[in-house]
Amino acid sequence: MSEGKPMTAIEGATVKLAPPPVALVGVSKRFGATQALADVSLDLLPGEIHGLVGENGAGKSTVVKVLAGIHQPDAGTIVLDGKPVLIHGPAHARSLGIATVHQEPRLFPDLTVAENVFMGHAPTGRFGSVNWREMRRSAHVFFDSLSVSLDPTAVVRGLSMADQQLIEIAKALSIDARVLILDEPTASLSAHEVDRLFAIVRQTRDRGVAVLFVSHRLEEVFQLCGRATVLRDGRHVVTAPTSELTAADLVRYMVGRSVSLFPRSASKIGDVLLDVKGLTRVGAFRDITFSVRAGEIVGLAGLVGAGRTEVARVLFGIDRADAGEVLLEGKRVRFKTPSEALRAGVAYVPEDRHLDGLVAGFSIAENVSLPIIPRLFPHLFIRGSRERNLAAGYTERLRIRSTGVGELIEALSGGNQQKVVIAKWLATEPRVLILDEPTRGVDIGAKVEVHRIISDLAASGLGIVLISSELPEVLAMSDRIMVLHEGRITAEIPRAEASEERVMFAATGQNAEETHSGA
Amino acid sequence: MTEDPRATGGPDALQPSAEVSIAAGGHSVSAMSRVGRSLLAAARMETFLIVLLAFVVWWGVKLSPYFLTWSNFGFSIQAVIEISIMSLAMTPIIITGEIDLSVESMVGLSSCVLGWLWASGVPLEVCIPIVLAVGVLGGLFNGFFVVRWGLPSLVVTLATYALFRGLGHVVLGSTVVTDFPASFTNFGFGYVPGTNVPWTLFVFLFLAVVTVAIVHGTWIGRQVFAVGKNKEAARYSGVRVGALKMALFAVSGLVAALAGILLTSRTSAATPDAGLNFTLAVVTIVVLGGVDINGGKGTVPGVILAVLILGTLKSALTEAGISTDYQNVAIGLLLIISVVTPQLARLVRELVDRTRLGRRRPAHDPAPGEVVR
Amino acid sequence: MALSAPANVRAPSRVGTLIGRAARSREVTLAAVVVVLSMFVWFEAPNFLSSTNLISVTALTAIIVIAAVGEALVIITKNIDLSVESTMGLVAFVVAEMLKGQNIPLPAAWALGIGLGLALGMANGVVITIFRVPSIVATLGTLSIYRGLTYWVANGQEITTSDLPNGYTDPASQTIFGVPLFVILAIAVVIVAALILRYTVFGRQVYAVGSNAEAAATIGVGARSTVFLVFALAGMLAGVAGVLWGIEFGQLYASSASGESLAVIAAVVVGGVSISGGSGTVVGAAIGALFLGLINNALTVLNLPQEWLQVIYGAVILLAVVTDALVQMRTQRAKARSRMR
Repeated sequence: MSEGKPMTAIEGATVKLAPPPVALVGVSKRFGATQALADVSLDLLPGEIHGLVGENGAGKSTVVKVLAGIHQPDAGTIVLDGKPVLIHGPAHARSLGIATVHQEPRLFPDLTVAENVFMGHAPTGRFGSVNWREMRRSAHVFFDSLSVSLDPTAVVRGLSMADQQLIEIAKALSIDARVLILDEPTASLSAHEVDRLFAIVRQTRDRGVAVLFVSHRLEEVFQLCGRATVLRDGRHVVTAPTSELTAADLVRYMVGRSVSLFPRSASKIGDVLLDVKGLTRVGAFRDITFSVRAGEIVGLAGLVGAGRTEVARVLFGIDRADAGEVLLEGKRVRFKTPSEALRAGVAYVPEDRHLDGLVAGFSIAENVSLPIIPRLFPHLFIRGSRERNLAAGYTERLRIRSTGVGELIEALSGGNQQKVVIAKWLATEPRVLILDEPTRGVDIGAKVEVHRIISDLAASGLGIVLISSELPEVLAMSDRIMVLHEGRITAEIPRAEASEERVMFAATGQNAEETHSGA
Repeated sequence: MTEDPRATGGPDALQPSAEVSIAAGGHSVSAMSRVGRSLLAAARMETFLIVLLAFVVWWGVKLSPYFLTWSNFGFSIQAVIEISIMSLAMTPIIITGEIDLSVESMVGLSSCVLGWLWASGVPLEVCIPIVLAVGVLGGLFNGFFVVRWGLPSLVVTLATYALFRGLGHVVLGSTVVTDFPASFTNFGFGYVPGTNVPWTLFVFLFLAVVTVAIVHGTWIGRQVFAVGKNKEAARYSGVRVGALKMALFAVSGLVAALAGILLTSRTSAATPDAGLNFTLAVVTIVVLGGVDINGGKGTVPGVILAVLILGTLKSALTEAGISTDYQNVAIGLLLIISVVTPQLARLVRELVDRTRLGRRRPAHDPAPGEVVR
Repeated sequence: MALSAPANVRAPSRVGTLIGRAARSREVTLAAVVVVLSMFVWFEAPNFLSSTNLISVTALTAIIVIAAVGEALVIITKNIDLSVESTMGLVAFVVAEMLKGQNIPLPAAWALGIGLGLALGMANGVVITIFRVPSIVATLGTLSIYRGLTYWVANGQEITTSDLPNGYTDPASQTIFGVPLFVILAIAVVIVAALILRYTVFGRQVYAVGSNAEAAATIGVGARSTVFLVFALAGMLAGVAGVLWGIEFGQLYASSASGESLAVIAAVVVGGVSISGGSGTVVGAAIGALFLGLINNALTVLNLPQEWLQVIYGAVILLAVVTDALVQMRTQRAKARSRMR
């Protein structure tokens, strides 16, 4: 396990003993009471893809932000070509040749693709005026070299996440970056788009760029990276060639202990609670049919973009279906708003708890009671004690760690925040609970607890729909797995017959009845 | 291990409020309950307002020995009664992140409708409910475009600001209706017999109590704050955001119409120009009262204090012989001052940062939770 | 999977796309509406196209166009300037006041007036960018403060043409090759602004900041300096409009130009500049001003009551934003649909 020693490039090229283009040396960073990074050293070599893994809170995103110039280290230095530098801000980082592709694309939706790529360094003509033709041409050339066909004159608004990410990468490459940082780039991509992305990243590496690849998905790290670094609790744990590591090794380094992940107790399966027939929404999914019984956990597997969240949104009344029907305990329902779904006994824990799960600025108690306040206070006026007791009950049941139910939700850790979201929905006493990526951004310790909670809920008679992109999670928890691919169900696999290969097969559409002209 | 949400790799970790993020000397403020914290913030704001009020009163007293008399007090309240009740209705709208610029034009429109109906011989008992209904309809009209079409309320109410005022002109033309019966004008203009208490004060008190109760004591108010802090999360949590906003706009229209009736009663004149420049005063009061123009934060008691300040200020200005034209300027200045002042502290801090640490600390905003040394 | 259209869809004809694109362009549709409306008005009232009428219509419209160009810049950055009418009024009055009885050369007075407009715009810019006050609140305040300044300068007096140098209002009716002088000025301003927006780095930054201010900051595009400059320019253009106002009307009051902010903003919004920033053109804003000026004149010429003007402003703004929302909804759905293929 090496740190800072010059490395031979994996493909057997000549040994270069030149200083790495970018290195963090003993970098520390503190935010308030939390030490996000403590004495972390990391080096990036040209022509190499370096993976960065760790649980949430391990410090991965802080490393990215320090390199991107968003934060400045409290201690330690950033070394560029052997010389220490102080990166003043994102613009400065770019000018130094460090390009970052963040998780969320930061594009200008009203402007064209070409203009987005060249914003800040547009090709100029006479009198320093913007040269549109040259911009278009250069964009074309760029996309061709990446083997991608995007229309440079198209407006960015409305383009898919994957396309937007490509534009971000083109943006990074257009400044002739020598360091490319990719922060969780595959989170919203379909398998096919991931392949396309990897091809481009490899191309970039071959051109001599140093790439830092941050990801939660260990299989991708092994696929793509020559070396990997593990962070834990803000500290550097290990840096090693991926050829010398296994996934189990990585998990062990990330967690610091061997963890048996998913406790699932058996539960009695009852009557059909939710019956979905031929549900269709143009542009999102088609002909979705499945049912959920009391005590059952139905997993909705598939790659990101397959349409599972879209199905959930229709079931919860956020969006409307164009065809098909939904039966709740035998009765036909058609929810127009989430509050209708709520009242009927359907609850939805959304994908992104920050955006649509929790209200920042509210306390734990206020968040937990929000969906049911009309019910909780039928006489209009709020009784703080009733609310606090409710929240206290759930805090105990779900083991939410906080200084009290009056604490602001922002002060909680990701795992505890997720538990508050679950508590909030449990308070509505649903019959059907839809969970969308319930352990995303949750560390391993809390993950186990969340799974235990879900298992207990099923045992108590709820019908649960579990949407997850993490195969091990889906496989361990579900009684039945429905696999979606590009909006259609491609397989229904009972627990006994489920395996990673089988699910993956169906998720990548390889056993779909109508094969799309794929690649 | 406590995981720091701000350091996660996920999309923007929830941003703690300003008070939480600046951990003074390592001692965490986040331990305080939200109620405790908002009370602290409110107390800071309200202290500032009380000081301001005291200053204005002192100035008023300097201008005239009659300033602190009951009769002057009654008179001052009357002068701003319409703006005051409109500010109460505007507060929840701004907390939800919307705005209603059309309120002053609804005052004009309702005054015109009242005048036109009265001049056409309709008895007052029938006129008034009709005018109030017009107010509700106007509010629903605003709400329809904001909720159903998802249009920004700034633009929609800018359009209705013109539309309602114009309709007022169409209804009444260039005539001014002044022959209202004494029974009507006495309400707006008169006092409880034997006292200096104007009748209209009861209207304000009633609405003030109702607003405080609803916004701070009921689950409707809780939903208002939820929508202001995170509209999507509120929606996903079963809050009927659309219905809530529609109701708020309808109430705003209703109250504006009521204000129009009160104004007509007080001035004994129904004219299309009624309520001109009210929007500025209303927004000033709400902002001065500590309500964040971007939504999510604010208190009704703060707004009530701001009402007192504005009323007293106007009274002092009138005492000093300053015409209404210039009084508007004062209100504009007050608006700017009330939004700029909280920023001054921040600016000074940034300036000190920049000069003291010079090269070491580049110019950028402190990251949330970043300790500002 | 390539993102080009699947092979079985016929590539649309060149002319077809051009017509399609034109039909969807707000500028073209609006221009067409202006032409049709003009014809209708002329049909009903032939004196519409008389030179006296045209000159007076175009003079006021040109003034609004110039102010609208500045307002368009502001709105593209996702801000708003409510104070434009007060800047216009103050500059108009101050310039006239300077010329009253003094022996200041005209160009100097005009330059000072425009400079005043610039200063007022910069004051707005400071409050908004340095003190981080939302532009709606800031310009609501300066709307009344600047008007107050006008009242103070006027001190209860008004200025009539007799107070001003001889022939001061003549340029308002002057023509060059048959085109009124004011119109030429307005067109020049529009052209320069359009060129700046399209071809300079600053111009593109204006769009970038309006489209996504955070992303702009990440790239090093100074959102705050761009917004400051935009408000300064808007103030300067409002100053120009104020100077022209004085030349056109000759009679000035403390309340001159009251209510024009609405006309200017309506023109910009109707002209296709989105209130959510990042899109729209100054040409569109100019055509919007032309459209509203036409309606204003039509009311006079057709002897319709002037009260309807405000109603029309309101209705027209609503119509414009609803149309924008509809169009956006339709394109979003279409894009989602095509992605599903």
